[in-house]
Amino acid sequence: MLKVRVIPCLDVTNGRVVKGTNFLNLKDAGDPVEVAKFYNDNGADEIIFLDITATSDNRNTTVTLIEETAKNVFIPLTAGGGIRTIEDIRKLLNAGADKISLNSIAVKNPEIIKQASEKFGKQCIVAAIDAKKISQDKWNVFVSGGRIDTGLNALQWAKQVEELGAGEILLTSMDKDGTKNGYDTELLNKISNLVQIPIIASGGAGKLEHFAKACLAGASAVLAASLFHYKEFSIKEVKNYLISQKIPVRCQ
Amino acid sequence: MTKQKAQIAIIDYGFGNIKSVANAIIFLGAKPCIIDEPSKLSNFCAAILPGVGAFGPAIDFLKSKGFDEHIKDFINNGKMLYGICLGFQLLFTKSYEHGEFEGLNLLKGEVKKFEKSFDLRVPHIGWNNIELSKNSDSLKMFSGISDNEYFYFVHSYYVLPQKCEVYSSSCKYGVDFCSSAAFKNIWGSQFHPEKSGKKGLKILSNFIEESLK
Repeated sequence: MLKVRVIPCLDVTNGRVVKGTNFLNLKDAGDPVEVAKFYNDNGADEIIFLDITATSDNRNTTVTLIEETAKNVFIPLTAGGGIRTIEDIRKLLNAGADKISLNSIAVKNPEIIKQASEKFGKQCIVAAIDAKKISQDKWNVFVSGGRIDTGLNALQWAKQVEELGAGEILLTSMDKDGTKNGYDTELLNKISNLVQIPIIASGGAGKLEHFAKACLAGASAVLAASLFHYKEFSIKEVKNYLISQKIPVRCQ
Repeated sequence: MTKQKAQIAIIDYGFGNIKSVANAIIFLGAKPCIIDEPSKLSNFCAAILPGVGAFGPAIDFLKSKGFDEHIKDFINNGKMLYGICLGFQLLFTKSYEHGEFEGLNLLKGEVKKFEKSFDLRVPHIGWNNIELSKNSDSLKMFSGISDNEYFYFVHSYYVLPQKCEVYSSSCKYGVDFCSSAAFKNIWGSQFHPEKSGKKGLKILSNFIEESLK
């Protein structure tokens, strides 16, 4: 049986792991290579690196960071942030990334999802969607690290990225991110009923039951950052809890 | 010869996440040699055919570079080959990914798409457990690994070999499919051994050991 994945996310800026609240007030949370190695040794099913300053500062993601991490980490690595071209994607894959997360660029140029999935296979193209609720039953897509409202409807965009060839959706609720009030299960539920590709739930984990609720709302994977970085819960604790709720996970 | 001296060719034809495979080989104390020139294949006792992406362009490129014939010679000389993910699918006869394409036909079988259904998300992404076959080639491939362990998959197409004896393990995702094969000197897996933690590395270690025999 396919297992629900528990994924620590490393938001990286200037070569350090950071974490903020609602995309602001960043705090230092360690060296990315060390942090990734720690999670690899402690039961993570996958690791996601997001270069959160890349888009707004207009620079490339750290290929070397992926290279260094991939030397010691033998679980899947996803890289995202600041990717603009097919060549950027190729460089990251060659550096040892397994999947590439596209966010702002996909909104600007949706064709890149199609081109990238045809070239490298849809399994390595993750469409990252940062969604914020703007009214009852309506979520908009935000880009550039949550700074710009694109006016796009998040549900329609989710369907569109699937049609364009994304293999997975990384769905972050901007309302919930960093709040520890739980994932946006309403949004998860709506999007998981709309698309067939797997969804990684992101933003808002604060208690063990939040992880189970996200799975029940249709998530194939659950992501958290600060919760793991500051060791409020270990990956093992999250997995043990999920097992107690009869949600299948991989145990080492 | 010791494992430290083992040299493993990694076939670079533009469609693999070669770095991850090379990292795993280095981690295991062997030496990865990335080759993009088919004639160099004969210098090695073991080779890995990695691969991500679509079947059609990959097999076309492999053939246009002349790798197909050299891989066949390599196999006929009794050397060890390991295909990973798309590289695994390429070992078989035919794929129906975006059309119909002839594979390397080193093993008989077809590559088909997972049918979408309400409770089955495609691609099949994540860790799934596999059931090991009991034949001798499977025992070699999975030496030191127990039944029902988890491995990392990421694919939308799966392999259906013509003969049962080719299976070294099977996995369930809506359908039963071939998660890995081992037939004499031809090994391969749909899952990524280089991304499946310690258990995956053990398979690659078994492959290196076998190539030194």
